[in-house]
Amino acid sequence: MTHKLHSSNRKWFGIVIGLLLVMMLMVASVVYGLTSITWATAWRAFTQYDGSNAHIIIIENRVPRALIGAAVGASLAVAGALMQAITRNPLASPSILGVNAGASFVIVIAVTFFSVSSLATFSWLAFLGAAFASILVYVLGSLGREGLTAMKLTLAGAAMAAMFSSLTQGMLVLNEKALEDVLFWLAGSIEGRSLAMLYSVLPYIGVGLVGALLISTKINTLVIGEDVAKGLGQRTLLVKAGAALFIVFLAGGSVAVAGPIGFIGIVVPHVARFFTGPDYRWVIPYSAILGAILLLSADIAARYVIMPLEAPVGVLTAVIGTPFFIYIARREFK
Amino acid sequence: MTKYTSFRMKAISFLLDRRALWVIAALVCAVLVTALLSIGLGEIFMTPDQVVKALFGYGDEMNELVVKQFRFPRIAMAVLAGAALAVSGAILQGMIRNPLASPDILGITWGGALATIGFLTVFSDKANALTVSIQWMPLASFTGAVLAGFLVFLLSWKNGISPIRLVLIGIGLTALLQALTTLLMIVGPIYRASEANIWITGSVHGTNGEDVLTLLPWVVILLILLMVYSRRVNLQELGDDVARGAGAMLLKDRIVLLLISTALAGGAVAFAGGVGFVGLMAPHIARKLVGSSFGVLVPVSALVGSMLVMIADLIGRTLFSPLEVPAGVFTAAIGAPYFIYLLYRSRNK
Repeated sequence: MTHKLHSSNRKWFGIVIGLLLVMMLMVASVVYGLTSITWATAWRAFTQYDGSNAHIIIIENRVPRALIGAAVGASLAVAGALMQAITRNPLASPSILGVNAGASFVIVIAVTFFSVSSLATFSWLAFLGAAFASILVYVLGSLGREGLTAMKLTLAGAAMAAMFSSLTQGMLVLNEKALEDVLFWLAGSIEGRSLAMLYSVLPYIGVGLVGALLISTKINTLVIGEDVAKGLGQRTLLVKAGAALFIVFLAGGSVAVAGPIGFIGIVVPHVARFFTGPDYRWVIPYSAILGAILLLSADIAARYVIMPLEAPVGVLTAVIGTPFFIYIARREFK
Repeated sequence: MTKYTSFRMKAISFLLDRRALWVIAALVCAVLVTALLSIGLGEIFMTPDQVVKALFGYGDEMNELVVKQFRFPRIAMAVLAGAALAVSGAILQGMIRNPLASPDILGITWGGALATIGFLTVFSDKANALTVSIQWMPLASFTGAVLAGFLVFLLSWKNGISPIRLVLIGIGLTALLQALTTLLMIVGPIYRASEANIWITGSVHGTNGEDVLTLLPWVVILLILLMVYSRRVNLQELGDDVARGAGAMLLKDRIVLLLISTALAGGAVAFAGGVGFVGLMAPHIARKLVGSSFGVLVPVSALVGSMLVMIADLIGRTLFSPLEVPAGVFTAAIGAPYFIYLLYRSRNK
């Protein structure tokens, strides 16, 4: 395995650089956009808040957006890394395995039949839907004699995604008002979300991220092979269940805040492994940092693509992610 | 007395299963009866004999107008689109040797969707009125669907085509096409998004006679071509090595079959939109009825697909009248649970 950063000193150095980049991007995310803001104004919004339009935009809109971008990017990437590890499928990720589609499905049911329309309620429902879909896909993918295989899981995920999205479509056809309410959410975006939404899922995301780090040594053993891990005395079922729980927390938490944002979970773990090699003790923190970097940059770019309108960041990540996905599919599958 | 009668000509040969002939005959009758009933049902009710009279020009004027202008083209379209989607699915399932393959999963439908909303977006002026005739929309949809099919096919090419890569790349490309479709839906006014959404769900509402006459030769020619090719699919189902050993030109066959499958699905979505799960369900039901010999599987799948779309359309326009529910809602409502059942069934494969 060739990777860029060999010694652990260099890996620590990489983490520091990465964190600096994340911070720079968060500042950039506050400053750049349709309403141009100077660095000085941004600074004064924190030190001498005066209630001017620019300051309101900064505090109410841009800052939450930067924080949410970093948190969601990190969660999606780590969820993807865990999924790829326990399924031993290089293409596993929340969007491909139908988790996002499940969340959308539950939200559209709520909007259509129960007239729910606040983003805050959306987030709980999305969490629920994501958890429901992950469990369903996992169970369907691991039925049968051979247990969980990469191909079965991917197909089960794609199948469930197709099913959820056509049912979602069906409901939206009958209800134009609902379509208007959820369209932007359905594309995945971190625009216009309040900090309160982030706070409500922060415990889950936090537990997920810390948990992922804590089980990373166990994951290292598990990826060698389930039999080897068992032979070494690991209770593989427990490790897998733990990882699955953290995945639900991370993927559910991010879809709850941002809607279905695809491909970060696929792309980032591969890039992380390119830097660190296969050791999950490093892959997980690197994934978190790189995920934050990717989502923050995609979000800044999304403001400029179809100015003065905003493109949903989910579209951008799909555009970046698909070529990568295809590259991996071509490389890994004979 | 054997179960099969063999049928051989220069380029074509297949075994005719006598039971399959009965099944086909029964299905043809069922399709005709359903069509007659379906033409009669709706806001204006007609008895089957009134329908027949109207069709042949002996009915009263009102009935004739309703039948000839609205219901007959619509139901003919349901039959054609259902058949095309079903056969397209049957080809993919035979070739990929996976019961879960279907044109929906390979991204063909979403290619059509993106092209359709792209068409509506590009050819709209400032006041959001279309600057070209809506007649061109099916062409745009068809082009999009076929291009998506080709793209999936090209991208999964690597010293030939492997079924797994084909499915995976289809899934990946679908995600991209979906994202771009959503982007265009957000950019435009909400009623355009709504229009696109109806297209994506799939509906045969508003079909006219010309549409039917455009699609009919397309589907018929492709089906005939496919029948000529059917024995090669039988070979592919045995697996790459066996097929190669038996002298099949795997690659060439796969390309031709993919072309036919994409062209059929593209034709169907061009006029009926992304009616989901038909390409998945119909071949399965057909296989239950007549087994997996491709020569009989194709006509039986086609008939089952026609039935599915026709019934979905009938339910959609009568049950919730005066509301029109797109046929695709019902095919998805039946198809989705069926899909889960299939996943469960194929657990040991």
